[in-house]
Parts: sequence; C-alpha cells; structure tokens
Amino acid sequence: MPKTFAKDSVGLVEPQTLHFDQPLALACGRSLDAYDLVIETYGNLNADGSNAVLICHALSSHHHAAGYHSEDDRKPGWWDAYIGPGKPIDTNQFFVVSLNNLGGCHGSTGPGSINPATAKPWGKDFPKLRVRDWVNSQVRLADRLGINQWAAIIGGSLGGMQAMRWALEYPQRLRHCVVIASAMKLTAQNIAFNETARQAIYADPGFHDGDYLAADTYPKDGLSVARMIGHITYLSDDGMGQKFGRDIRAGSFERGMDEPVEFQIESYLRHQGSVFSGSFDANTYILMTKALDYFDLAREYDNDAVKAFSHAQCKFLVVSFTTDWRFAPERSREIVDALIGANKAVSYAEIESEYGHDAFLKPIDRYYRLFTEYMKGVSAQL
Amino acid sequence: MNSSMARNSLLTTQLRTDLDVIQAWIASGSRVLDLGCGDGTLLQSLRDNKQVNGYGLEIDASQITACISKGLNVIDQNLDQGLANFSDHSFDTVVMTQALQTMHAPDQVLQEMLRVGEECIVTFPNFGHWKARWHLAVNGRMPVSDLLPYQWYDTPNIHFCTFNDFEVLCRELNIHIIRRQVVAETAVGRLLKDVRPNLFGDTAIYHLRKGS
Repeated sequence: MPKTFAKDSVGLVEPQTLHFDQPLALACGRSLDAYDLVIETYGNLNADGSNAVLICHALSSHHHAAGYHSEDDRKPGWWDAYIGPGKPIDTNQFFVVSLNNLGGCHGSTGPGSINPATAKPWGKDFPKLRVRDWVNSQVRLADRLGINQWAAIIGGSLGGMQAMRWALEYPQRLRHCVVIASAMKLTAQNIAFNETARQAIYADPGFHDGDYLAADTYPKDGLSVARMIGHITYLSDDGMGQKFGRDIRAGSFERGMDEPVEFQIESYLRHQGSVFSGSFDANTYILMTKALDYFDLAREYDNDAVKAFSHAQCKFLVVSFTTDWRFAPERSREIVDALIGANKAVSYAEIESEYGHDAFLKPIDRYYRLFTEYMKGVSAQL
Repeated sequence: MNSSMARNSLLTTQLRTDLDVIQAWIASGSRVLDLGCGDGTLLQSLRDNKQVNGYGLEIDASQITACISKGLNVIDQNLDQGLANFSDHSFDTVVMTQALQTMHAPDQVLQEMLRVGEECIVTFPNFGHWKARWHLAVNGRMPVSDLLPYQWYDTPNIHFCTFNDFEVLCRELNIHIIRRQVVAETAVGRLLKDVRPNLFGDTAIYHLRKGS
C-alpha cells in the first residue's frame, strides 16, 4: 500500500541530470569543458517564468532539499521543514530549484567524476572552485530552465555566500536575496577549523594525495574526524550540554571498575563521522571548505563591502542565530550594515536558538513565521 | 467597550495624531531611520505617502515580523546598545516615537540621533501633565493612566520627564528645537494646551537639530 505523505510535503521527488557542453571558465584560470548538474525542482514554473526560487546549498549538502526519493525513505530532503505546500518557501506559489553544486559528490561533476582527458577519476586534479564559479554555473542552469530573473535566491551558510555573489555579479537576475547564518568572509578561527578538518583527511594513509580512487582506497577515518570537528562547531555549547551533558554510554566511574568509560557525546560524534564519511567524498569536502575559506565578498571591490553591495538591486533578508558561533550574528550584522550603507532594502532578524549554526536547518517558530511573512511578500509581487 | 479596548483605541488615536504631525515635518523622498519602529505603522505611512526610504530598528520579535509583513526594512537591533553601526549624517531624519522614556541613557540617545541624522523628531509622554501631578500629589501614588498603563515595578518607562525637563536638556546639549507640537486628547486639554502646555499636554512632538 503506498505510503501517504504529509499534506505540506512535496511528496515523491526525482532528481534530474542536466548536461552542459559549453566550456565554463573558472576563477582559477582553468575551465571545465563539459559538466553535469543534478537538480531537483518542486512546484511549477508560471507562464512568465517569474516565480522561480533558487536554493543554494551549504558545505556538505546537495540537491535533495525537500520531499522523498522513495516511499521507504526515513528522512526527507535537508530543508524539508521550510520547502513545501504552505511552508515558507511555498511550492504552491514558487517553482523551487535546488542543485548539487559543481565539485559535489551527489551526481554533479566533481572530483569523483571521470576526467575525459585521462579517462580516470579527476581526484586531486579537479579544479579548485570558488563561490563565483558555482554562481556562474547556476546562471547557465537558469538559462537552461528559462528563468530570466529569480523571484528569490536563498542560501544558508556557504549557500548565503552564493546568494550574495549573485546579487553583486548578476544584479538584474534576482529580486530577493535571503542570506541565512552566513558571512562576507570567514574569520581566522573559522578557516582554522576548516584547515584542521582537512589535515585530518590528509593524514589518513588512505588519502593518497587525493588520488585514492585510482589507488582503490578511501580516507574514511580522516573524513570522519573532519566531520566530527565540523560537527562540534555547528552545535552550541549549551545545545550540546542539554542534549548530552556528561551522560555515560558505557562503563562506570565506580572505584574498582577498570572498564573504559564512554560518554554519549563521544559515541554520537563518532556515529556522525562514520555516517558522513560513508556517503561523502573527501576531495569534495576539501574543495568545499577551500571555497568557504577563499570567499571574500568585497575583495574585488577594493575590500569595501558598501561599494560591493552598491551593485546589488534586489531586496535582502538577513537572518542569524544567537548561539551560532561558526557564523556568528556579528558576521550577519556586518552584512546588514554594509547594505544600509549602500542604501539597499534589507531586513534583519537575530533568532534565539540553542542549535548553534545548525539552527538554519531547524524548524524554529520565530524563524518560520518571519521567513513565511517575507516570502509572502515575494510571492505578492508575482 | 472594555478598558483594554478603550486603551487601544486611545493609543491608536494618539499614534494617528503623532503620525500626521511627523509626516508633515518629513520631506518627500528623504531617508529616515525610525528607532523603536514597532509594527511599522509610521514607516509604512511615510513610504506610501512620502516616498520615504526608511529603516526601522526594533527588538520585539512579533513587531519585527509585523514590519516584514508590510514589506518594510526592519533591523533587529537594541537601541540601548547604541547606533555605532550607523555613520555620521547617514540619514535625513531620525525618528523616535514614545520610546525615549524607555532608554537607559536618553541624553546619549538624543546625541546619537543627531550624529546619525541631520535632524531628528522625538515624541514622548508628558510626566508634568496635571493628571500625573494629581496622582502623585493627592493620591500619593505613581501615575497610571490609559496612555501609561503600567505599575511602577513593571513599567518599561524608566526615564520620565516633563516638557520643561526636556527643553532644559536640549539647552544643555546645545540642541536646537526647530519646532514643537503639543498634543492633548481631551477637548479641555486641547483648549488649554497652548496656554500651559506643561500642565495640559499629553504628548509633545519635537523637531530637533544640532545647535550652531
């Protein structure tokens, strides 16, 4: 008997692969002669193509943002809480496009794909992509789908960086830019976490300088540790304390007991690391964290954020979360200040949450209502 | 009509009066910063009637959402933490309606408003109103009214002043009063507010700029 999905779910969805054969010039000076992008879409594009919304994904994410791939899926897409009929990104109103970025490991061309020049996996030779390369590939995607101007481009974290880059480089092509838990550039501490994660991968003997596929090995342990480091920084101290405290999973501190003690948090992190490293590509992880590190919104605008944003023509919604220390509210306020300085339309909310950086994915009442109201304004203009 | 409805209707009338006056004082197409913008009623009216490019600052979650519903620019920012993120003279007019008395340092807020804006407009309730004086003098109790419905221990209004107090502060801070409009709610009040504003005015609306 077919399982029924919730009324506000997009239900069963199917990814599609689009092939592009026009060379894409990259910021690093190289180019990709041809590439695939895997996408999912939810809702219907209206007659004048004005109701399209682009979802830009964060570090370790992909195209499967909402709905289910099969009736047996235990979990829906990564942003299902916010995408669906009647949800903030309302699929009754919008045609939602979500993609796996270039360099990814969920079907779009990336380090795990075959390099046509060598007939072997790209591995470490895959071009080092920057946020603007993703945006340029997304422009080609928009052209392919017949979308001249997005009603909104929405992204959290690294996705917010893509949304902002769109607003500066292709100002005519979006009406709204929603930037959630993001930053104009990473702080030294933030880069430090990324580098520590990468070093964990490099140190794994299975890494083979990035050519592990050719060597038929895989740096699973290194990638697990990388994910564990990342995961710690996505949660807040309070949130972790509330969820795990010092709870013990195995062993005892009783005198005379020699058995090793394992805290719940240890087991949880190892589980997260293990699940992640079983389904994610190490080179993609390196590529995505490097793109995060390299991003600097105003670098090519004389390091002047106000000057950078003066090129934007869309309206902005900026959202941050109180306990997010990886992309702290201060970073969002810098975005807002620069936008006000550039005389751009912007609203900003700092949402109370215990979930740290992960909050942008979670259903949080205030965030939900605010996002809903903002998107209603977007659809009212259609 | 119950008392809370009466109060709301009185507050609405009050806001309406303030708003009409403020709107008349703000030039079309100017750049306005509204401190403590509430649900955005003023900004919406300025946008729709005066093509004002405005931003509101607010800390209340539901008020922020209300502003967003109206399509206004609203920034989640606590005024008590200052306006350091706004550059000098970056707005034509900085407005603060019925919030000065809730600030921790009203004198500093006023100076900040006149650093960020060329001019500012401030409205606040008059603690020198005869009813307030009557409350304190005759009842020996802190005034509670329809406009200021709080008890002394739960009121957000922590720095009350009279019109006279405010004007003394303006002199001390070298703030020039461009104009003042006193608002009274009752017919008798309206009759007497121009004779003895500090005694009969409910609210004052001040238009200010830095003294030379």
